[in-house]
Amino acid sequence: MSVIGNTALSFSEEQAMLLDVAREFCKNKSPIAVVRSQLETESGYDAGLWDEMVALGWAGISLPESCGGSGMGVATVVPVVEAMGRAMLGTPLISTTLAAQLLLRAGGEARMEGVLSDIAAGTTATVALLENTDWGDTRLACTLGADGVLRGGKKFVTDATAARLFVVVVDCRGAPALALVRAPQLAAGAVTANTLIDQTKRSASVDFSGVKVDEADLITGSTVVTALRDLRLLGALLIAAEATGSAASCLDTVVEYLKTRKQFGKLIGSYQALKHPTVDILNAVDSGRSFIYHAATLVDEGPLDKDAEIACRMAKAHATETLLYAGDRAVQFHGGMGFTYECDAQLYIRRAQWSQQQYGDAQHHRKRLAGLLLDQVRG
Amino acid sequence: MSISEQELKDFRAQVSAWMCDNKPADPGFLLPQTFMEVGDERQLEFLREWQHKVWSAGYLGMAWPKEYGGGGVARAFQAIADQEMRRYGVPICFNVIGLGWAGPLIIDIGTEQEKARYLKGILSAEDIWCQGFSEPDHGSDLGNAQTRAVRDGDEYVLNGQKIWTTMGNFAKYMILLARTNPDTARKYDGLSYFLSPMDVPGIETRPIRKITGEYGFTETFFTDARIPADCLMGEEGQGWKIAMQTLQYERGAEAGAAGGLMMVRVTIDDLIEQVSDVARDGEPVLQDPVMRDQLVRLVMEEKALALGDKRAHIAPLTTDYPHSLQLSHKLRGTEMARRMRQFAINLQGAAGGLYVGDTDARQGGFWQRAYFNSFSATIGGGTSQVQANIVAEHILGLPK
Repeated sequence: MSVIGNTALSFSEEQAMLLDVAREFCKNKSPIAVVRSQLETESGYDAGLWDEMVALGWAGISLPESCGGSGMGVATVVPVVEAMGRAMLGTPLISTTLAAQLLLRAGGEARMEGVLSDIAAGTTATVALLENTDWGDTRLACTLGADGVLRGGKKFVTDATAARLFVVVVDCRGAPALALVRAPQLAAGAVTANTLIDQTKRSASVDFSGVKVDEADLITGSTVVTALRDLRLLGALLIAAEATGSAASCLDTVVEYLKTRKQFGKLIGSYQALKHPTVDILNAVDSGRSFIYHAATLVDEGPLDKDAEIACRMAKAHATETLLYAGDRAVQFHGGMGFTYECDAQLYIRRAQWSQQQYGDAQHHRKRLAGLLLDQVRG
Repeated sequence: MSISEQELKDFRAQVSAWMCDNKPADPGFLLPQTFMEVGDERQLEFLREWQHKVWSAGYLGMAWPKEYGGGGVARAFQAIADQEMRRYGVPICFNVIGLGWAGPLIIDIGTEQEKARYLKGILSAEDIWCQGFSEPDHGSDLGNAQTRAVRDGDEYVLNGQKIWTTMGNFAKYMILLARTNPDTARKYDGLSYFLSPMDVPGIETRPIRKITGEYGFTETFFTDARIPADCLMGEEGQGWKIAMQTLQYERGAEAGAAGGLMMVRVTIDDLIEQVSDVARDGEPVLQDPVMRDQLVRLVMEEKALALGDKRAHIAPLTTDYPHSLQLSHKLRGTEMARRMRQFAINLQGAAGGLYVGDTDARQGGFWQRAYFNSFSATIGGGTSQVQANIVAEHILGLPK
């Protein structure tokens, strides 16, 4: 068996249609001026635009039809998120999709029908997962006591100010469990917004102490462990898809400038010192798209298998390093202009730094890939 | 004519059995991994005998016309034969310029006489072919070729010099690009294409010693060499067009090759396997975190190429820069191969400093030699830097 392993890659008509519609939608509704108009708002997105996306069915795209979704699986979220990344459109779609997937995988379709239907209808949700800065730390200090009351807080909760629903990962009698918390249950001042390097994104620290969780809002058992592992992989995949879209539009921005800017009497795009790294960006974006749609081919409703895990990790390890490189070179190649806030290159380099950290950076995933790929060969 | 699954399955079993019975034993010297590495008579005769044997058994040129030595059957059979050859790790069918480029060209546009004269000898390995395109001063600028061919009665008189002639010292024929008219407005219009004999007075070859210390290429000198006028392929002035068609075969964009294993593919699996007993800091090298990280990067790079080959055929996923995957493939594939071989040496510890000829060299110095030879692919057929320019200009639309 080759270490290269599974190279399945397919793209359904539904995915093709969604990619087409989503790219057109994002292009029309989210030109860069609109993106910039949201940089300093509290939620980071336009509620009207979110409603339109919900109306298009995107909030429930991956959810079963019984829950008001489209029943097309996570694979179909990938093209939508890639299109959003391309337009740098900040919405709670990734946060909401991941929260829904976590609930669906841990609690099951039948039990979660009510809350998932709300999500498909536009209720924004997010997962409260991290307690510190270490994506590799799975220990939980946030607990649910025997009295049904939460103690502790979570960090880097994405779209926390917008979320109506929190899926809080807690320790319950020594095992991981999920507690559903609705925004009105939070104490005043429980949400402390972060100031993020990527101004198109939002996250916050959230203190859940004192929130009472009903039995009906608690999910426990072995499915939680599997679902949490899959959440981290799906999170990696969706962030990779978004970053790949952003890297693609970053490339367009660079190419456009290289074709129009003149120095020393020549278009700067004619200099090989700029030309060749731009080809490197193109090739990296090309690999990124291959990785994300390969991973999309392998993820389905069931627990993710080893091939899917490898695919998701490779997608993430590759995609955010690509965006880092593209954004970094975009700033440099714009010269003095690139050093200004006005130049769009800053949007990409900021997005790159944020995305690199989300759901584990490249090193985090390569370290795990080494075990998945190399130890199998030796054994 | 449709072929049944059963027919193909039976055929595979038949080839498989033959390869199993006929796979040559280790000759005791390093065999070339590509046709560009045939350095001495010993290797030449070994490979000539092997190719002849494969052809005699009916597993080479299977889709070429029967009347010219081919098998006259569907390409599907040759594809299966090639897969089995790769699976058994048998030696290459080394007459690649004939099998892969000159042969398909002659089948596609050659005259009846040309087909009858050349095709069978290509398959049987009796006639080795070489290529005279590159010149010393015009490595990547083929259209500027200056070797002259002047018509004189029933002959053309050749003067000039070619370089990087693979197996020039062993070849009987050359596909030759030469200038018949130095005064055309466009430099391309003065070029003509010849199927030239090599054993005529005035054509001399001088082997080039490569960075590996071995041979495989020659310089080729033409000094008032006279070849028959009927060696001209097509018309005078069509040389550029025919050369471009030849490059299409070379790049694999056109079907028609006779088949056979053209090169020994070296994969990341081979690399991992070769170092499984190497230690670093007293531990297996494959447990070293830094080395593991580098290996994962290489695996990802190789996997991305494999996935890219698939995505290239999915139209909705190639709308941004159509053909970028195809046009970048040579650049990416050859650069990756070079880095991978370099890293393979790095993984060997102190043995990385040993070379072909040292009894302690890992696998006889296979990786050291493979690394050096990998430059033939990052330089030949358009250097990586020229390839990057091509991608930048043709795909991204950047200015020249």
